[in-house]
Amino acid sequence: MNGDRPQGPLDWVPDIRDIRRVQRPRWVNPRFLGIAALALVAIVLLANLSFQIRPEEVGIVLRFGRHVRTTEPGLHFKLPFVEQVLRVPVQRQLKEEFGFRTTEPGIRSQYAANAFTNESVMLTGDLNVAVVEWVVQYRVTDPYMYLFKVRGLTETFRSMSEAVMREVVGDRTVTEVLTVGRQEIATTSERLLQDLVNQYEMGIVIDQIVLQDVTPPDPVKPSWDEVNQAQQQRDRLINEARAEYNKVIPRAKGEAGQAILQAEGYALERVNGAQGDATRFKAVYDAYRRAPDVTRRRLYLETMQRVLPQLGAKVFMDQGTGTVIPLLPLEGLRGLLGDTPPKPGGQR
Amino acid sequence: MKPDLMVKAGIALLALILLSASTYVVGETQQVIITQLGEPKGNPVGDPGLHFKLPFIQTANFFEKRFLEWDGSPNQMPTKDKRFIWVDMYARWRITDPLKFFQRLRDERGAQSRLDDILDGETRNAVASYDLIELVRSSNRPPDSVPIETEEERIVLEEIAKGRRAIAGDVLLAAQGRTVDLGIEILDIRLKRINYVDEVQQDVFARMIAERQRIAERFRSEGQGEAARIQGERQRDLQRIQSEAYRTAQELRGKADAEATAIYADAYGRDAEFYSFIKSLETYERTVDAKTFFVLGTDSDLLRYMRAPK
Repeated sequence: MNGDRPQGPLDWVPDIRDIRRVQRPRWVNPRFLGIAALALVAIVLLANLSFQIRPEEVGIVLRFGRHVRTTEPGLHFKLPFVEQVLRVPVQRQLKEEFGFRTTEPGIRSQYAANAFTNESVMLTGDLNVAVVEWVVQYRVTDPYMYLFKVRGLTETFRSMSEAVMREVVGDRTVTEVLTVGRQEIATTSERLLQDLVNQYEMGIVIDQIVLQDVTPPDPVKPSWDEVNQAQQQRDRLINEARAEYNKVIPRAKGEAGQAILQAEGYALERVNGAQGDATRFKAVYDAYRRAPDVTRRRLYLETMQRVLPQLGAKVFMDQGTGTVIPLLPLEGLRGLLGDTPPKPGGQR
Repeated sequence: MKPDLMVKAGIALLALILLSASTYVVGETQQVIITQLGEPKGNPVGDPGLHFKLPFIQTANFFEKRFLEWDGSPNQMPTKDKRFIWVDMYARWRITDPLKFFQRLRDERGAQSRLDDILDGETRNAVASYDLIELVRSSNRPPDSVPIETEEERIVLEEIAKGRRAIAGDVLLAAQGRTVDLGIEILDIRLKRINYVDEVQQDVFARMIAERQRIAERFRSEGQGEAARIQGERQRDLQRIQSEAYRTAQELRGKADAEATAIYADAYGRDAEFYSFIKSLETYERTVDAKTFFVLGTDSDLLRYMRAPK
């Protein structure tokens, strides 16, 4: 004990025997720490023991790097640390887009096409240029192959898709590509891509290739539209000319008919009039023939009886009076023709 | 702490280190060459799983077992017909002999640069040996009947002798020959993209535009021509109708006039003198009116009885 030894300069250094007996908090004892450590280890182990596979996936379990089993959707167990799980979506349809990206999926997807012209510009079989956007839809059918056979599978798949599409488009004219050939291009490239995918052992199956926008390159677009416009212009000019024709000709025919009918009317009038006049004359003539002299005289006097009272100015001249200076009073005539009452001429 | 607990812990730690140094895990995508002091030893290990080796003395070198992609950077190159194009190829290859690979190329970086040289070179050779059309088309299929309306629209696809796929096949064979002793195998090589160089593309666009404009011009002139023809037809038909109508009308009138004349002649012809007598009387009656100035001689027949009753 302290009292036995003489005091020295190093008295402040605690004795090793005393340290051992320094008071510790009650919970810091080996047994408690040991239990806590074991519990921690147990928790970690348990966490690594089970795993969940979603309905559209399968799980590939590797033990020490080696594939030991494939698990269906649900809850499963594995050896902790030693075994590792990779998840592969097999039910979900995957897609790769070319020439554009869907930036916001929704009812109306938004495309950003400008940045991807490298993918969409391609040469056609007549050495023209077309811009083709398309989507490849596919599914994983062999998860083992999908994971372990090809490195950078998505990149490789994209390269293959571009190569196949360009091969197919490169065999067609630009007009085919833009108009009637779309369906055929899609089905042909599907077939070729599937063959290539099988050859490359990728474990995927192509569901569908869908062409999106297929257009001529931007600088050329206006001239393509121009062709359509010109076609419409042509049809319009022709229709207008035909309409003009239809406006004029039927009316002309009608007017022609009218003229002919008028002529027929004239003809009837003329002939009937002539016949009427002739019949009248013949009747008078027949009557006249029976008493010509008397009839003549009678007709003459009756006419004079009607005519003379109508006359405005009458001059009776005796033949024996010699000649008269033929004087034509134009002034007087003018008066006759005007409003002034007629002045009687020379009278005897 | 008890000293021999520490010793036990120390021994356990050492054992652990030793264990980790003498095992290695080969993944499903890997193959391993064991090197001892830098020199390869034994056959390549391709079996996935846990394997053992001598600790520290032996090192496990890992290599890819998977199919690998080589993607050439796009390059400008001329074709045989002097067209400058951008060519972008991709190839598929694999390490088939990791030992040779290790000896010749060391690692993947070395392999990529070798592949760059070989594949780029072979591609350039191929592109320069063929016309552009051979690189674009792969078959001689005839173009589908696209409905065309003008002769200008008819496009004929040039025939090819070789084609895209065959040329790629040639490049593949040539490249395979050059990689035989490198421990790698090139499985496939394909044209990913071909495009015109910018200046050439401008010319191509100009050509396409001119082509389309020619077709448009054709349509327009067709329209104008047809419209003019219809217009001419209209004028011709109009004149025909009008003139025929005139002729028929005149014929009818003429016939009627003739008939009337005949009737008159027949009627009046019996006594022409009587007719002129009757007609003159009618004319007198119609001609005179209040404004007429009339001079009558006394020896006229009318005034006969004015002089004398007989």
